[in-house]
Amino acid sequence: MQTIDLQDIGLREMNKTLHAQADTTNQTAWEIVNPKGAHAIACGLDAPIEVTVKGSTGYYCAGMNQQATVNIHGSAGPGTGENIMSGKIIIEGDASQYLGATGHGGLIVVKGNASSRCGISMKGVNIVVQGSVGHMSAFMGQSGNLVVCGDAGDALGDSCYEARFFVRGTVKSLGADCEKKEMRAEHIEILKGLLDEAGIDADPSEFTRYGSARNLYNFDVDNAGAY
Amino acid sequence: MNKHDPKGIPHTTPRQSATFTQDINSDIRRAAATGIYDIRGGGAKRKVPSFDDLLFMGASISRYPLEGYREKCETSVTIGGLHAENPIELDIPITIAGMSFGALSGPAKEALGRGASAAGTSTTTGDGGMTPEERGHSDKLVYQYLPSRYGMNPDDLRKADAIEIVVGQGAKPGGGGMLLGQKISDRVAEMRNLPKGIDQRSACRHPDWTGPDDLEIKILELREITGWKVPIYVKVAGARPYYDTTLAIKAGADAVVLDGMQGGTAATQDVFIEHVGQPTLAIVRPAVQALQDLGMHRKVQLILSGGIRSGADVAKAMALGADAVAIGTAALIALGDNDPKWEAEYNELGTTAGAYDDWHEGQDPAGITTQDPELMKRFDPIEGGRRLRNYLKVMTLEAQTIARACGKNHLHNLEPEDLVALTMEAAAMAKVPLAGTDWYPGKPNTSY
Repeated sequence: MQTIDLQDIGLREMNKTLHAQADTTNQTAWEIVNPKGAHAIACGLDAPIEVTVKGSTGYYCAGMNQQATVNIHGSAGPGTGENIMSGKIIIEGDASQYLGATGHGGLIVVKGNASSRCGISMKGVNIVVQGSVGHMSAFMGQSGNLVVCGDAGDALGDSCYEARFFVRGTVKSLGADCEKKEMRAEHIEILKGLLDEAGIDADPSEFTRYGSARNLYNFDVDNAGAY
Repeated sequence: MNKHDPKGIPHTTPRQSATFTQDINSDIRRAAATGIYDIRGGGAKRKVPSFDDLLFMGASISRYPLEGYREKCETSVTIGGLHAENPIELDIPITIAGMSFGALSGPAKEALGRGASAAGTSTTTGDGGMTPEERGHSDKLVYQYLPSRYGMNPDDLRKADAIEIVVGQGAKPGGGGMLLGQKISDRVAEMRNLPKGIDQRSACRHPDWTGPDDLEIKILELREITGWKVPIYVKVAGARPYYDTTLAIKAGADAVVLDGMQGGTAATQDVFIEHVGQPTLAIVRPAVQALQDLGMHRKVQLILSGGIRSGADVAKAMALGADAVAIGTAALIALGDNDPKWEAEYNELGTTAGAYDDWHEGQDPAGITTQDPELMKRFDPIEGGRRLRNYLKVMTLEAQTIARACGKNHLHNLEPEDLVALTMEAAAMAKVPLAGTDWYPGKPNTSY
């Protein structure tokens, strides 16, 4: 285990050290202490390493992540895991707004709650939230899965495309063109896989699936009120 | 005498309304028939105060000229030296503005790269990501970081020579985009991670930040991911140029790209293009003032765009304080867009060469703003690249001609004192004297 004290070496040196790890590195386990809510911690990683941040993080922790696993032993600031491509981010506490925004792949797990716009414009990422998510979550979600073990706030999945949403609790309201969908066997399978990968013990049959009604995919003047 | 005038009383001539013009009436009829606003490409078509309303005075007894073709007039510019390890070094201060693969065909993007590279300047990606052809044919490629993040990935980000965070564009300050289904080919759909054939909306604001304080952190993240190597530009529409420039600089931008309302877009509502934003002439001085107030003029570069067409426009932009300009629409025309040789086909589309602006429909006879494989074949990227290079060279020579006539050995040495204005409006906007006077509206310590 390599330990980096962020207060000692500063953000640039810390990220430089992590970026220097190649695909073949033997130093796969890293611990960052004294994060003190700093921004852009461990962003742009692209190696099969596991980084554990011992504390809470600011904006854009693990942004654009590729391959790496990033554990946040605290709460995470806005835009955590934005545009994640692959790998895994596990947040022990709560996550602020825009979690996993535009993420293309990989998995983000939140043990607490996630704030508004969780999974905004998601493009393939899978997000599993043990608690609840705030308003406008998965706004314009294109693909990937958002799993919410608690409740969802207002306007879930507004203007979404092909992303899937699984919610165990209540949904305060659905956004434009988002509707309740039938939970078929294949969806139970997908959900079970995501819950297993996230290490969350929940019964997939308790969830409801939501997704695009596909009514706004091509402009129609009769839908003008929905725009 | 006619059937309505049996007594031979003289009639007034039929008179068209200045309010309800034929153009306006056609807008009303179209809206009534369709129930949807008009979407089109391009920039503002209305007449606005512009660089045409400014003139250079040239040399006189008090200023002596440089010898044309003999005495050097430099044109190079360095962009992004403030924070970036590898600033962009350009031979000429005319860059190619961001235009997306999707809005443009792959060969058209390739031609922009070829032409820009041959002329020693940069080109820019657009909404939809970076294509290998574009990267391969562009010596210097600026990667746009847009609200939609279509095609956005860190591998391409690291391949870029600069990153341009797009906050807005002149044609539609505060507006997003729409790529209609007919242009969503398999390749475009795959790059954007969306189903083929659906209308693709581009968001109007970034999904993971709002406001200048967040922007500063976003810039930090992008610098960390790219190792502080490449410059980071911030592109804003010509909405509130003094404050936007100030905030971009304070957020840590290496360069500010400022786009006036004549700047084109691939597609948005006509009402947006014509009624939101400010003319390019009106935005440059406030932006330069912001740079000067912060002591950042010539340290943070100002790249001006929106209706730049000639070396005269380049020279005027630089005289008013810009470090470089960007061209989009003009570059497309150089490639062959709106060429009268396709007049018969423009007529079939209900338009005429020069007026064709339904780029979003993907039926461009010139094969440039389309994803139709048959139409795309009409466009040769090598020939297109050569034409763009020629045009860029001509613009540069024109700007040098003017600069030498003003006694300047570098385009950057042009100054507002070289200019006069033809109209009160232009004088007020450019803060240069109305021709024949030593006064402009708003000049300090003068009375009206």
